[in-house]
Amino acid sequence: MGTLYAIFVDPFMQMGSAPDLLVQTLWEGLVAGVLYALIALGFVLIFKASGVFNFAQGIMVVFAALTLVGLYEKGVPAWIAVFLTLGVMFLLAVTIERVVLRPLVNQPDIILFMATFGITYFLIGFGESLFGGNPKQMIAGELGLPRGAVEVKMLGGFVAFQKIDIAAAVIASAMIAGLAVFFQYTRIGRALRAVADSHKAALSVGISLNQIWVIVWFAAGIVALVTGIMWGARSDVSFALEIVALKALPVLILGGFTSVPGAIVGGLLIGVGEKLGEFYWGPLIGGGIESWLAYFIALAFLLFRPQGLFGDKIIERI
Amino acid sequence: MRRTSLTRRAARGAAIGALIAAGAFSVPALAQDSVYFANNAYRTGPFSGSGIPIGDGMRDYITMINERDGGVNGVKIVYEECETGYDTKKSIECYEQAKAKGTIIYSPWSTGATLAAIPRAHVDKIPILSMAYGLSASADGNTFPWVFIPPLTYWDGASVMVRHMANELGGMDKLKGKKLGLIHLDAPFGKEPIPILENLAKKYGFEVKLYPVAAADMQNQGSLWLSIRRDRPDYLYNQGWGAMNPTAVKEAVKNGFPINKLVGVWWAGGDDDARAGGAEAKGYKSLNFNAAGTNFPVIQDIIKHVVDKGKSLAPKDKVGENLYNRGVYNSMLVVEAIRNAQKITGKKVVTGEDMRRGLEALNITEARLKEIGMEGFASPVKITCSDHSGHLKAYVAEWDGTKWTKGSDWMDPLKEEVRPVIEANAKDYAEKNAGWPKRTEACDTPS
Repeated sequence: MGTLYAIFVDPFMQMGSAPDLLVQTLWEGLVAGVLYALIALGFVLIFKASGVFNFAQGIMVVFAALTLVGLYEKGVPAWIAVFLTLGVMFLLAVTIERVVLRPLVNQPDIILFMATFGITYFLIGFGESLFGGNPKQMIAGELGLPRGAVEVKMLGGFVAFQKIDIAAAVIASAMIAGLAVFFQYTRIGRALRAVADSHKAALSVGISLNQIWVIVWFAAGIVALVTGIMWGARSDVSFALEIVALKALPVLILGGFTSVPGAIVGGLLIGVGEKLGEFYWGPLIGGGIESWLAYFIALAFLLFRPQGLFGDKIIERI
Repeated sequence: MRRTSLTRRAARGAAIGALIAAGAFSVPALAQDSVYFANNAYRTGPFSGSGIPIGDGMRDYITMINERDGGVNGVKIVYEECETGYDTKKSIECYEQAKAKGTIIYSPWSTGATLAAIPRAHVDKIPILSMAYGLSASADGNTFPWVFIPPLTYWDGASVMVRHMANELGGMDKLKGKKLGLIHLDAPFGKEPIPILENLAKKYGFEVKLYPVAAADMQNQGSLWLSIRRDRPDYLYNQGWGAMNPTAVKEAVKNGFPINKLVGVWWAGGDDDARAGGAEAKGYKSLNFNAAGTNFPVIQDIIKHVVDKGKSLAPKDKVGENLYNRGVYNSMLVVEAIRNAQKITGKKVVTGEDMRRGLEALNITEARLKEIGMEGFASPVKITCSDHSGHLKAYVAEWDGTKWTKGSDWMDPLKEEVRPVIEANAKDYAEKNAGWPKRTEACDTPS
């Protein structure tokens, strides 16, 4: 009886007795959710264009952030370092297309997937050789990102909105919206969607598969840089950030691997779900449930909608 | 023609195979008067932020001893790192390599790696030095003759934290009704202080709240800090490592938790950990058992003989940082143990079994610390056959915004509380591990 009360009644009593903490938890969940959505978007872009689950997306976040901070430490002004980092991510996209993807055209998807493991471990080693393993401070102030918090008195308490979190939410949302518009309404976007539907049909109407791959890998690189800046500003820039990027996996399971809106909604659901779960139900089993709760939410959801929230329902004849 | 080509290819293959085999089983070329010391390191991966300065400090002290003194009584130390990335599975490979190469001491550098090595080392007769980390119960030398855990265990550390709280509050009786939060990595290292904190909480009437952090969420601690805001602990003790620490300091600042009430275990006292919090991190505290800074003859000698000669991996501005000096302290223990083993056995080139004797009779006095350029750097170290830790003093270091300073006097752990729990847990370990060997090793000094 006591257990049932602790699971089904007490958390809601807590929400009612301290509504300011509920709002704070929802806000934290939304911010985390937007950032998860941004990471997931990097995966979705590449999956849509090539059918490859890019395991290297996490290390691309680290590599982009380290390149930015590394250039700044070499004396390059912050904003020039941002543009140079974008250049590096473009070169990376071209190299990956030329060296990894092009020779593997027509190979089974699993081969391409395994190739992204290779890219991951190469970038880890290459990154450590270039930048060392020491954590670095993100140049948040130099990039004009705000510090401090806005405290709003409400509901008998207060809710603290960190300015960096507000900035992260705004920038990530703008980025997601920009990418969605780009791929929905531009010629390149239409080409991408054509490639996603059928490589052969796209090739037959003159769309260059290689060019599209470079574009999506570069777009994923831009997403990686923005994610690295935002997440790096919240903690620091180190190879541990790669683990954070794997938070996008339950988002993808939930939202579907091919859907941009799915990445957004999935990110928000996972972000809010895991924060509420950890805060209100975590103490019942000793806390620290956040790392697996996201997967639990996603897998429970799949029971009812196996293709994910917005994923394509695939029916194949046997 | 074709046969020649095939023969050549086969010969080349055989040569490569031989090279690989030679590489896998090679033993470092040791000069006659040298000893081999294998150290696990993690210069890569999520914990490299803590692993690099420690590895640099360890390496530089050994290099300095070789360069300045020509080794220990003329015996050079061949020092090698094995990269684990803080991965216990990899650490076992490193242990096996170290054993094959004849290491005189094994330095695991993670609690998980120590736990994995303890049963092996008792069979292989290789002493383990887990300096202020690892299995707290291994301080019982009667059960664990091959494990050494000076200058204090995690249980001692947790008890020093409780003493520090009591000192600030005005006495042990003032602990009643207070709340101490433990933020800890959800791994063997992070969980180590829980039993002793729960014991002390029962005895002194304070409450312990646990805040586990999964390795995957080291940089994603938002929910945890919301729980801290809800629970309002009076103090927080951070048993964190790697990327978890700077994030915790940042989150404390961000959430307005009084930074001077956040105290890290000694491993949460990296300069980069505190620096991450910016100006608001001023006042962040960490337990410590070594001094930070370069104002010690030993560090000056390292700069002169190693850093300035380009033989260090550390940037010069990192020399003297807290974790760097911690690495120096660790290597100092190894060197002093070699010296002691030489003295006890009368041999110049000592073995692992000799090192065990050297460690077990280690007695580094104030006078000796002065001789080796470490006056004021650390407190004296004394290990006995039954007490492999010493349960020595620690102090609270305070971040002044740019560097670590001494924020309290040296404090003794609550040894009378810790020691019985250590002995009970050691007994329990031996009982649970069927066939655990009874100590047969002789004792060189009376305990």
